[in-house]
Amino acid sequence: MSLPIADPAARISSFNPVAKLAATMVMTLTLLLSIDPVSAGVMLAFVLAALPFTGLGARMLWLRTWPLLIAAVLGAAATVLYGRPSGDSYLQWGLVQVTDGSLQLALAILLRVLAIALPAVVLLSTTDPTDLADGLSQLVRLPARFVLGALAGLRLVGLLIEDWRELSRARRARGVADRGRLRRFAGQSFALFVLAIRRGTKLATAMEARGFGASGARTWARPSVLRPRDAVLVLIAAAAATASATVALAAGAWTFVWAL
Amino acid sequence: MTGPRPAAVTASGWGWRHAGRRRWAVRNLDLSVPPGQRVLLLGASGAGKSTLMRGMAGVLGDQEDGEQTGSLLVDGRPPAQVRGRAGLVLQDPDAQVVLARVGDDVAFGCENLGVPRDEIWRRVDASLDAVGLQVARSHPSSQLSGGQKQRLALAGVLAMRPGLLLLDEPTANLDPEGAVEVRDAVLAAAGEATLVVVEHRVELWAAFMDRVIVLGEDGLIADGAPTEVFGRLAEELGAAGVWVPGAAAWRSPRPHATREAAPLLAAEGLAVGRRAAGSRMPRIVASGISLTVAEGRALAVTGPNGAGKSTLAMTLAGLLEPAAGRLRATGPLSAGLGPEPARWRSRQLLTRIGMVFQEPEHQLLTGRVRDELAVGPRALGLDDAAIAERVDPLLERLRLGRLAAVNPFTLSGGEKRRLTVAAALATRPRVLVLDEPTYGQDARTWRELADLIDEVRYAGTAVVFVTHDRELVDALADDCLPIGGMRVPEASR
Amino acid sequence: MHTATSASAVASSRASRYRWRVVDIVVASVIGVAAGVVFWLWGQAWTPLSTALVFLPGLDGLLAGGWLFAGVLGGLVIRKPGAALYTEIVAAVVSMAVGTQWGPETFIWGVIEGVGAELGFAILLYRNWRLPAALVSGAVAGLSTAILDTNFSSIAAQSFEYRTIYFVAAIVSGILLAGLVSWLIVRALAATGALDRFGAGREARSREADDPDAA
Repeated sequence: MSLPIADPAARISSFNPVAKLAATMVMTLTLLLSIDPVSAGVMLAFVLAALPFTGLGARMLWLRTWPLLIAAVLGAAATVLYGRPSGDSYLQWGLVQVTDGSLQLALAILLRVLAIALPAVVLLSTTDPTDLADGLSQLVRLPARFVLGALAGLRLVGLLIEDWRELSRARRARGVADRGRLRRFAGQSFALFVLAIRRGTKLATAMEARGFGASGARTWARPSVLRPRDAVLVLIAAAAATASATVALAAGAWTFVWAL
Repeated sequence: MTGPRPAAVTASGWGWRHAGRRRWAVRNLDLSVPPGQRVLLLGASGAGKSTLMRGMAGVLGDQEDGEQTGSLLVDGRPPAQVRGRAGLVLQDPDAQVVLARVGDDVAFGCENLGVPRDEIWRRVDASLDAVGLQVARSHPSSQLSGGQKQRLALAGVLAMRPGLLLLDEPTANLDPEGAVEVRDAVLAAAGEATLVVVEHRVELWAAFMDRVIVLGEDGLIADGAPTEVFGRLAEELGAAGVWVPGAAAWRSPRPHATREAAPLLAAEGLAVGRRAAGSRMPRIVASGISLTVAEGRALAVTGPNGAGKSTLAMTLAGLLEPAAGRLRATGPLSAGLGPEPARWRSRQLLTRIGMVFQEPEHQLLTGRVRDELAVGPRALGLDDAAIAERVDPLLERLRLGRLAAVNPFTLSGGEKRRLTVAAALATRPRVLVLDEPTYGQDARTWRELADLIDEVRYAGTAVVFVTHDRELVDALADDCLPIGGMRVPEASR
Repeated sequence: MHTATSASAVASSRASRYRWRVVDIVVASVIGVAAGVVFWLWGQAWTPLSTALVFLPGLDGLLAGGWLFAGVLGGLVIRKPGAALYTEIVAAVVSMAVGTQWGPETFIWGVIEGVGAELGFAILLYRNWRLPAALVSGAVAGLSTAILDTNFSSIAAQSFEYRTIYFVAAIVSGILLAGLVSWLIVRALAATGALDRFGAGREARSREADDPDAA
């Protein structure tokens, strides 16, 4: 099992992975600069409007995104309680201060988490890691040894998850699965590392035996090409980012994170 | 497909010592392999066969990894400088898959060697054809059987058009069908390339090899035609763990229990399956299973890979819930608990059903062999004196005494297996389930394990072992349950 | 190939001190991958844990170290410049891909935390690879997380007291969870023989009284 790709048949999956990565980065970096409900809200609206065009099924989307909702709610809840205080205060107890300001910030945080993570999840979960590696090496010109070495290691995730379940069952068979969950987690993680390193060492030998890492030019069996549609994607992402920033600035809501 | 030019190997006084070790892995090796010859390389474990294979492939490393004396040349040049002339296939099917799709994985070697793109895909198709792997280029490489994965590795190597084909125990981790598939694929596809094979199961290859060489502590100890070497050195080779063709098969020397032995576990219409991550329903792999596990009797569960043998073993051991049907422990086994092993607590399983996994490393929990054996007794709440009373005899019986303070991960394959069996026995379970106990083992460890399992059975423990090893079944089993497909007959002899 | 003369041996040994072998790249990736899986599991546990800590403001900084150990661990095992950065990035990518809730933030954080861990080793001129290096690397990585989180993440929206507690907690977590624990892990890994192709493993072997090859 390699990393599960959400839906290879969806339209979004056929875009060049490097373009998708660039689009994600553009949107994320813009949103990271400010914590305000307007920029996040505009971006979120944009993303939700674009979702039908990606060709992803609703169930697939839900499966991938429900942890985001939980995280967003939690983050917002913490902010309500401890957010930077300003305006009227509604509750005060120890370090807890629920104020106008903290409520506003909580809304901003809620929208921000969703706006940042949602496009990333959609774009990146529809990317095949091998295609991404091809793109990064051929187009962005990252060193092939590292990109491919990482890709090969990445393929082991599926095996490691299987290993983890075997390790859990082994502990049940050895009589130690009833209590001490934290200790067991630590011990099991360690065993996972040992297995992972052993596999990796063997894999490295196999890769070297196939000529990997030797000097000399490398060719590419799968060309990574940028098409006009990829440029369009990046432009749309840039437009969304600019729009959300502009609207927030115009509304006076934009606040740089460090100036909060 | 025109064949590549076969390569010649010459070694003179070659030796290699891994960094940080005192002992030389290989020493004083003088060897000359002419182009196109087919050589079978044998030797005891630790004799340095793997080191020699890696040396010929040029993957041993540089000064950081070890030091070399003498010379080892492929086509007159150091192997590391002629990458692509030698292709190496290793033992572990999972450790050689580099990329997620079959076609990409085969193309990997060609990409590294700078082969032009069109030529790459031509070679990919030709190689997949040559090894008989009938899958699409986009087929996920993780969804292949062990035999298929080994053939995939072979295809990836063949696509490089190597003149020297090196196979390091290619069939050790496969079931008999897979082993034959791989052997046939190699012979069909090797063409005129020089071939060097390391293998325990000699009868699979002996008829097709030109020459047998046996590696010892200090260079070669035998070198000649197969019939000659096996005739002359049958005993030494047998002692070193090689399955010498024509050697007598091992049989259980102890009497077997009668059919009226007390039943401990009974399954009726049992269906077994595993839940994939994130799904609610288990995927059923075998169903309609009915069997009885009885005291002092050995039940063998056989069948091809993927038939559900391991899943059944884990279900019987209480580690997986049955997907459907019933699995019940009788009174003497459950001793006051409910009848379903999957509901028992971890500690309660210890004295009732012990399980030995297919991969010993999954079961290693501690940093010392002695502590490993003590895990079970300690979980039962025994005091130090009682623990020592259980652990010491086991250490002696399994010849692990002088390894008592060693880290379990550093043991050899056979020693790890003995250790996990001993650890399961430390809590004296009434039923012992073993998953592929002789997987990947040489002849010597095989005999030891078979004898140990037989002794355990004779002492009154019910033994269930899952295996595709026909010899083990013939040697030990009282009852045999074949699994394969959905409807299975009742267990019978 | 005979053993090289002393001059070229010194030159090549210095070159090989910094050049990554294939096994270095793959094992660093593997450590990153395994760490990423652990991160993901830790992230699953983080939600309930941090819910519990919601009433202990700022102390969720103590959990920050759980995301930093990949870089320190990678550096201690591979022992080459760039190892800490690389491993942390791989771990971040994996935990992001396997499906945490933070998306690309995870990647950016991973890069900067990796830089922090890398700086720790660089401060010691890449010569020390033992406990002091582990602690320094963990501390600097914790510092980088502290700066990032209190200024750019949701934490930035919290009060000054909260952020101060978080800041200090993150650095402490870096030293303990990322630094000390990584060092202990490397020692234990070396004892299993899994690191035999690395300096860390070979040192452990030569420390053992029993020569495993005498068996």
